[in-house]
Amino acid sequence: MSVNKHCTGIRRLRTAAGVMSMLASGLVAADELNMRVGVTDISRQVYDLHMLILWICVVIGAVVFGAMFWSIIHHRRSAGYQAAHFHENTRLEIAWTIVPTLILIAMCIPATRVLVAMYDTGGEDMTVEVRGYQWKWQYKYLDEDFDRTFSFFSTLTTPIEERHNLSAKGEHYLLEVDEPLRIPVNKKVRFLVTSEDVIHAWWVPDFGIKRDAVPGMLNELWAIVPEPGVYRGQCTELCGKDHGFMPVVVEVMPQADFDAWYASKLVAEQERQQLESMVFTHEELMTQGEAVYTKFCASCHQPNGQGVPPVFPSLVGSKVATGPRDDHIRLVLNGVTGTSMQAFSGQLSKAELAAVVHFERHSWGNNTDDLTQPVDVANAAASN
Amino acid sequence: MSEVVEAHAGHDDHEHHGPAKGLARWLFTTNHKDIGTLYLWFSFTMFLIGGVMALIVRAELFEPGMQFVVPEFFNQMTTNHGLIMVFGAVMPAFVGLANWLVPMMIGAPDMALPRLNNLSFWILPFAFSIMISTLFMEGGGPNFGWTFYAPLSTTYAPDSVTYFIFAVHLMGASSIMGSINIIATILNMRALGMTLMKMPLFVWTWLITAYLLIAVMPVLAGAVTMMLFDIHFGTSFFNAAGGGDPVMFQHIFWFFGHPEVYIMILPAFGIVSQIIPTFARKPLFGYDSMVYAVASIAFLSFIVWAHHMFTVGMPLAGQLFFMYATMLIAIPTGVKVFNWISTMWRGSMSFETPMLFAIAFVVLFTIGGFSGLMLAITPADYQYHDTYFVVAHFHYVLVPGAIFSIIAATYYWIPKWCGRMYDERLGKLHFWLSFIGVNVTFFPQHFSGLAGMPRRIPDYALQFADFNMLSSIGAFIFGFSQVFFLYIVIKTIRSGKPATDRVWEGAHGLEWTIPSPAPYHTFTHPPRITDAEAHS
Amino acid sequence: MNQSSLRTVRKLIMLALGMFGFAFALVPLYDLLCELTGLNGKTAGAYVYDPARESVDETRTVRVIFITNTNADMPWKFWSEKGGVEVHPGELHTVNFFVTNPTDKVMVGQAVPSLAPGLAVDYFHKTECFCFERQVLQPGEMMEMPMRFIVGSELPGHVASLNLSYSLFDVTDFVDLSTEDAANNPS
Repeated sequence: MSVNKHCTGIRRLRTAAGVMSMLASGLVAADELNMRVGVTDISRQVYDLHMLILWICVVIGAVVFGAMFWSIIHHRRSAGYQAAHFHENTRLEIAWTIVPTLILIAMCIPATRVLVAMYDTGGEDMTVEVRGYQWKWQYKYLDEDFDRTFSFFSTLTTPIEERHNLSAKGEHYLLEVDEPLRIPVNKKVRFLVTSEDVIHAWWVPDFGIKRDAVPGMLNELWAIVPEPGVYRGQCTELCGKDHGFMPVVVEVMPQADFDAWYASKLVAEQERQQLESMVFTHEELMTQGEAVYTKFCASCHQPNGQGVPPVFPSLVGSKVATGPRDDHIRLVLNGVTGTSMQAFSGQLSKAELAAVVHFERHSWGNNTDDLTQPVDVANAAASN
Repeated sequence: MSEVVEAHAGHDDHEHHGPAKGLARWLFTTNHKDIGTLYLWFSFTMFLIGGVMALIVRAELFEPGMQFVVPEFFNQMTTNHGLIMVFGAVMPAFVGLANWLVPMMIGAPDMALPRLNNLSFWILPFAFSIMISTLFMEGGGPNFGWTFYAPLSTTYAPDSVTYFIFAVHLMGASSIMGSINIIATILNMRALGMTLMKMPLFVWTWLITAYLLIAVMPVLAGAVTMMLFDIHFGTSFFNAAGGGDPVMFQHIFWFFGHPEVYIMILPAFGIVSQIIPTFARKPLFGYDSMVYAVASIAFLSFIVWAHHMFTVGMPLAGQLFFMYATMLIAIPTGVKVFNWISTMWRGSMSFETPMLFAIAFVVLFTIGGFSGLMLAITPADYQYHDTYFVVAHFHYVLVPGAIFSIIAATYYWIPKWCGRMYDERLGKLHFWLSFIGVNVTFFPQHFSGLAGMPRRIPDYALQFADFNMLSSIGAFIFGFSQVFFLYIVIKTIRSGKPATDRVWEGAHGLEWTIPSPAPYHTFTHPPRITDAEAHS
Repeated sequence: MNQSSLRTVRKLIMLALGMFGFAFALVPLYDLLCELTGLNGKTAGAYVYDPARESVDETRTVRVIFITNTNADMPWKFWSEKGGVEVHPGELHTVNFFVTNPTDKVMVGQAVPSLAPGLAVDYFHKTECFCFERQVLQPGEMMEMPMRFIVGSELPGHVASLNLSYSLFDVTDFVDLSTEDAANNPS
């Protein structure tokens, strides 16, 4: 640990020195210094506009500061220069009022053009609702029949060890999610941005689009992305403690791949809805659960739940069977490596698994007050 | 600081025996010089406190990963850094300068409302104690950014938000009362012969700033009152559920907020307009246009507020209007920059410390102005908004802008205030350390913003690491140089070489016709205004 | 302090007070501006439908997509019978929305609409909408709420689809249940 710290300290100093000399020699990568061009037509127009204004400012700055520094060098008391006495020149003042005005008007023309282009929201091929939460994004797809098809959350997956400097940071540190937004290439996608709680903002720099997500209000945004790839952005409106930890990741896919993925999501959603509609009563769960328990579990954990400790733990008043329900479900789903407790996800249907977990949580004096339905098993499995 | 004046023969009925002694002097003073001193020391203290918060932020941002603080606390640091610097450092410093200088510059014996002046000051330590104490309350202090957007600052705020609202009300009251005082003084108490167009530019900028303050601080008060009602009394100004609108908060806030940032820069323009002519030994170029430019900037500042909200979802017409109006402000501002440079042009310049800070102001504030112009371009702003590009912009106009002007003012006028010269070598050293520090801190932030780094985040993706490290190094250099400044100021007061009355060879203005240090009461009889003592 | 200073001070105090009042006046002013410009997509109140006055434009269709959302603290389920419809401008349509209260307490909900694009607000007319009033639901109750609307035929030609979103908020704490109950009108 201490050796690491020592090396880190020296590394930091070297990095600092390295960065400074890199900057001094002008070798820093150009794309780090400047706004990116992005991949859409709009982002390219924005970049060009940005460069135009930047160059105008640089030229004006060079002229103005040039004159100033010339004066500093030549009009100094220490060089014996005598002060002149003029203190007004109306023609000059009018000139340097009118010329900047003309320059500004010239800037307005391309700026207006690009803004009008950005506001052209008609004719979309696809619509996705983007909903900001503290602290993650939710994406909902609407199909051609305008029915809500499916939705999912997109949450940061950078491990806490990386954030607390206990392990090396991955390439996409803080810009990686469990499930990105997926859209097809070359289609006009409309994003409807809103929020669940506070104001967030959705930004994909490579598309040149950003919009605030305001609760109770729907904002429209669109993009046509001609290049497949993964594009990363972040929330850009302070929204609470994890504002810096809710990235935006969009995967743009070739149409065929997108269609395949979309179809698979529809199937998964159908399954999920079926499961959700399977809602059993406590009695039904106990009856089925007992049957499953007798067949799959009793041989080790015994019909009375007491097991044969320490090899086969007791379930009576156990931390697992009376603790958090989802942890209990996951243990049965995934087993415990290094022991004889198998992963039952392959052997039991979600309904059976739900029933047996429920049975364990309500037998032999275990008296948790939760129900375990098949959809809970699906959810616990998904949030592994 | 001010010397005791012995009673003169033939003086008025008011036989002053000089200032009171001890703590009572400072608690009960109605003397504009004492109150100016109080404001200046208060603002310097708040500047250092706000600076420590900034250093905590920059320490955390030195490298990716969370090293020193948790995100909840980080948000409190960024929020309070902003609140303290805006309301506790920059504004009180300018008010302190106004108090010290305006009466002397117009040949008045004191401010129009001396007792109100005392109250205006003493509200501030009270208000800021409340605000800083919220950091130690259950749930922590304000953590929603100095711009405190709803509903983050209403429904989702920590319990201390009510104290925050109270503190804001107090600060606002102080500003409003101070501004009423300043306007009443300037309009009614100028010495005979000092017409409005003969006033020093610093007095003009403060006259206009004071009107801005009276116009917009009550709007801020309205906004936080609406917040208070939403939080405690079940109203729904900003709550969509009840038919309210979070975006309306932003409109009301920025209607205050934009003039506010001009409030924070116009006095700086005034200061620089006093200093450059002195060290160029040449009158200010284009005095009349300088006055009209400040007035136009102030007027325009009321119609540009939504350029802080380009991404909120306004219709196209609204976006275009605010883009055009914002770009317009570049014109009068440009006129001022050209006039300062024309003042320098063919002058006979020397580069004492105040002049160094003033020149740096002109260059670096202009750079901040250029990034401001880029931000005004709405389609480009979609890529800049809420990134470090914005942070770089406003720190350039505020730090080498407002703060450098305050530092310049201190070096320039401290010989008049306390009768002693600062050490020129140390002053120059302070200048170069500050200049390097400020640029190393904030220039790289343009790049991290353009690269895509959002604001107000405690940790960041790896491609932003180099610029953040540089920026943090610069921040510590700058922070250290301001502690060095404190040392220089104290050293000057205690053991600086005695100063002459005129102090600076090229200085013009009534304040340079009285002794250094300025007597406790000055211009008890109005002076005669000659052209030599009119505006420089 | 002399008289002229006092006069100045009085005027300035009036100005300060006036600006404070102005801040509060901004609230209705803002709503007015929203109505005029369509900012924030706030749709207008009830529209009186006169079939004689409306002409149906069969030459074009407009897609209207419905998005329903419940706020974080609102446990009700809220959905529309269809995700969207294709309509002709000038035609009166009805879409049913549903809400259920799965809790064991009486609750009151308020739906807040938002229409995108904002410029369409002037052309989207609702003759009947549950968003005009609050909804009271008993524990376990489900309610069907029709929404009737017309897309005005003056809708600019380049607008081919509209997105109407409703956010449902829990306002139980904001209302007096006894009066609300009596006034409740399951539309």
